[in-house]
Amino acid sequence: MSLLLLIEQILNGLQFGVMLFLTAAGLTLVFGVMGLINLAHGSLFMIGAFAAAATAAATGSFLLALAASLAAAAAAGALVEVLVIRRLYSRDHLDQVLATFALILVFSEGTRWVFGSFPLYLNIPPALSGPVTLPGGIEYPVYRLTIIAVGLMIALGLFLLISRTRLGVQIRAGESDREMIAALGIDINRLYTVVFALGAALAGLAGALVGAIQSVQVGMGEPVLILAFVVIVIGGIGSIKGALIGSILVGLTDTLGGVLLPETFKLFMDPASATAVGSALASMLIYILMAVVLVVKPMGLYGARA
Amino acid sequence: MNKKSFFLAATAAVLSAGMALAEPVKVGMITTLSGGGAGLGIDVRDGFMLAVKQSGNPDIEVVVEDDQRKPDIAVQLADRMIQSDKVDILTGIIWSNLAMAVVPSVTAQGKFYLSPNAGPSALAGKGCHPNYFNVAWQNDNLHEAAGAYANTAGYKNTFILAPNYPAGQDALAGFKRFYEGDLAGEVYTKLGQKDYASEIAQIRASGADSVFFFLPGGMGISFLKQYADSGVDLPVVGPAFSFDQGILQAVGAAALGVKNTSQWNKDIDNPANKAFVEAFQAEYGRLPSLYASQGYDTANLILSAMAKADVKDQDAFRAALEAAEFESVRGDFKFGPNHHPIQDIYVREVLQEGDVFTNKILGVALEDHADAYAGECKM
Amino acid sequence: MTRETILNAALGLGLLAFPLWAYFADEPFMITLATRVAILALAGVGLNIALGLGGLVSLGHAAFFGIGGYAMGILASHAQSYSPLMETPFLIEGTKSMPVIWLTAIVASGLAALVIGALSLRTSGVYFIMITLAFGQMLFYFAISWPAYGGEDGLSIYVRNSFPGLNTLDPIQFFLIAYVLLMAALRFSARLAGSPFGLALNAARQTAERVETVGIVPYRLRLTAFVLSGMITGLAGALFADLNRFVSPTMFSWQTSGEIMIFIILGGTARLFGPVAGAALFITLEHVLGGLSEFWHIYLGLLLLVVVLYARGGIIGTLAGQEVKHD
Repeated sequence: MSLLLLIEQILNGLQFGVMLFLTAAGLTLVFGVMGLINLAHGSLFMIGAFAAAATAAATGSFLLALAASLAAAAAAGALVEVLVIRRLYSRDHLDQVLATFALILVFSEGTRWVFGSFPLYLNIPPALSGPVTLPGGIEYPVYRLTIIAVGLMIALGLFLLISRTRLGVQIRAGESDREMIAALGIDINRLYTVVFALGAALAGLAGALVGAIQSVQVGMGEPVLILAFVVIVIGGIGSIKGALIGSILVGLTDTLGGVLLPETFKLFMDPASATAVGSALASMLIYILMAVVLVVKPMGLYGARA
Repeated sequence: MNKKSFFLAATAAVLSAGMALAEPVKVGMITTLSGGGAGLGIDVRDGFMLAVKQSGNPDIEVVVEDDQRKPDIAVQLADRMIQSDKVDILTGIIWSNLAMAVVPSVTAQGKFYLSPNAGPSALAGKGCHPNYFNVAWQNDNLHEAAGAYANTAGYKNTFILAPNYPAGQDALAGFKRFYEGDLAGEVYTKLGQKDYASEIAQIRASGADSVFFFLPGGMGISFLKQYADSGVDLPVVGPAFSFDQGILQAVGAAALGVKNTSQWNKDIDNPANKAFVEAFQAEYGRLPSLYASQGYDTANLILSAMAKADVKDQDAFRAALEAAEFESVRGDFKFGPNHHPIQDIYVREVLQEGDVFTNKILGVALEDHADAYAGECKM
Repeated sequence: MTRETILNAALGLGLLAFPLWAYFADEPFMITLATRVAILALAGVGLNIALGLGGLVSLGHAAFFGIGGYAMGILASHAQSYSPLMETPFLIEGTKSMPVIWLTAIVASGLAALVIGALSLRTSGVYFIMITLAFGQMLFYFAISWPAYGGEDGLSIYVRNSFPGLNTLDPIQFFLIAYVLLMAALRFSARLAGSPFGLALNAARQTAERVETVGIVPYRLRLTAFVLSGMITGLAGALFADLNRFVSPTMFSWQTSGEIMIFIILGGTARLFGPVAGAALFITLEHVLGGLSEFWHIYLGLLLLVVVLYARGGIIGTLAGQEVKHD
């Protein structure tokens, strides 16, 4: 394998990692502040993608579609928070798992009821389509570079939000001491609704951005959900920095593992079985990574609390 | 009733002319109606029910149930339909792994199973059974045709990829069975994978002159969109599954011009197909898909056998099924010795008609094509 | 006698009476449904030892369920094709005998639980949930891409395995096998909870420091509980495979883990008969709602929401009232 291809694959791994970060950021935020396991996070991802696809089909504008994904997912998130999630903060993780699992069923089939059983069309805007040539001669799609940029901007935005703003102060206070924040006269219900809606909006935006180069269909959220959990657990729950590092680690492991493992096995096996064995091992690789990280660091890389 | 549906009713009446013979037949349909794969099951069901409705035959009763794409649910439904509903024939399953779970136990319990979609190699070869009929294709067929087409198109160095599971392994094996050129690369992707940046980079670097892929459902949508955006402009060949009516609208312009192989298309020129395409659109307001055509043919096969024999007389009914005397929307259709189709497989090209993406037939890839496993079948 | 004991007796007898009624009413499918309830409840009883008694929320019990299933699938498929499992260093033949298969399933899933538990128990809380999920996913992807035993297509076993003296193909006899095993597991589970081991485990769940001061290592208690739990779920997996005469990687999926957990929460966490009540309700809902509408998952989801929001402590908690424990 040439060095150039290897560099391109590393870039692909980074890009996949940033895509994962987009979905994991909202999840880790909600978990960190409210201590809530939200299995329905993937459904909010799906709602964002469907809202974007429907808006793009109606208006033809990708920007409007992105705005719609943010709005729809935030609205769905706020609604669910007020109706259901609010009652779960004081419950143990088991009740949260069951209730949010139930939400997945409602959201998935509800979406199918509204939009039908066939995948929807959502494509990248013409301005961002096609490849550019990077220094060194690598041809790389503009849209994927855009995703990397958006992801890094969101990471930066979240850092600033949490470290510099009033809301950030409240979020940090809420993470460390819930009674204190109520004693300070802050409306904790409102704070939680805002944080949940923010997490949902991030998931929805990710759904729209990723949906444009993947497929917009019912059930698209569940594989993403599992990966997002892997990411935030590796990074340490509640840590935005951990989520970013965890995403990139998972992205690189998955991409490079899928490329390099079959090549490695070809050194001492015949090509067909090397491809089969290498691919089998590659598909298990991120879970092996996660198990190894947790065995060595039981709270994840940057985790503060269990 | 307009002219067309009158014509249909008339054909149906001809088909069901021998009805005096028939005992009521109960058909159990187990198919996927919920979750991400529901589109395929709904198409099979709609195609099947259209044929039943057109026949106007009061002696056929259909029970439809959702398997949720879970093998254990499918097995449970099959047990229920056999034990409680007392069905004579089962059909409907979309996925090979569900078919592998259900078919052996159905045939072992002395019922007929007619597959409207899945055709795993195990059931075509050593595991074949007198009561099992496949009305669609053996899983390898469309991939074999893609291999044959790659030869005629003059491809010498193809890059091939498929997910790492049995149907994916069969796909690549099927392609290689007919393809005569070299392989620029052979890659197994993760089942359910949605990001193909890394595979596309490998294709670009491999020096291939063409690409063959089998990535059903959302995987194929993702691959095609990302491929079109990558700037790699090698020709792509694949089986019909990623280019079907239900999926194509979601892929959009990224699929334009792609060649794919199929045993059916809406422009195949025969009266049965014309009538089917029009009636399906009139009934459901959308273009029929490959899966709908398979469901439609399956129902018409059952109806044709009902006209000739009593389902309780298994040997006679089986002979009537084997004869396959129905107007297939694919044109010529007959069964091989292992009860799998012998049929033409076409090459189609994706094009745009108005604002709908669809396919047109370019030519025949493999004529009167049977599957590779018939020889292993002893029955 | 507490209300819970009466309720438990009613559940146990009801689960026996229903298929007997079905037998005389000639509704063999209803017997199959009851067998499904009994087997899934057995898987839940296994998980409940880790989850209810030990406070170990495992989202990876599908691993043991699947291992049990594949123990049956692999042994029976070799017996079916008359090819030995391995010849060196010593000959191992396939088998169609249920007791041998059960033993294999229990041992294999116990060993897996020992390894997974030993690593996973280094973490706690949500991290424990997620690391068990990771092990389940590893086995899931392994089973899908491992071609020797069918990969994603799974393995079909044409005839149900045999049990000495019984005709297992007869639905009611197979039900009785599953029922007896379920009752045995429930009895074992009840005695375990009342034993010194169970009391120490329960104490370790509430405050780990307290048991440490009397010289017990919570890690060992939990690992033991996890292994026992995995063994019972593995046995249920072997029976489930025999019920369907089929195994596939779906048994390893995280949705399977989630469903087993849902039986417990629905029925009432840490309640002895919780998994029985939960599995019975879930299967009934699936059966009844599935016929009502193409979009029946919506109703199922809404019902589950109502249960978790308003019926705290699950079915048994609601009917029998809060009592002694549960934090």
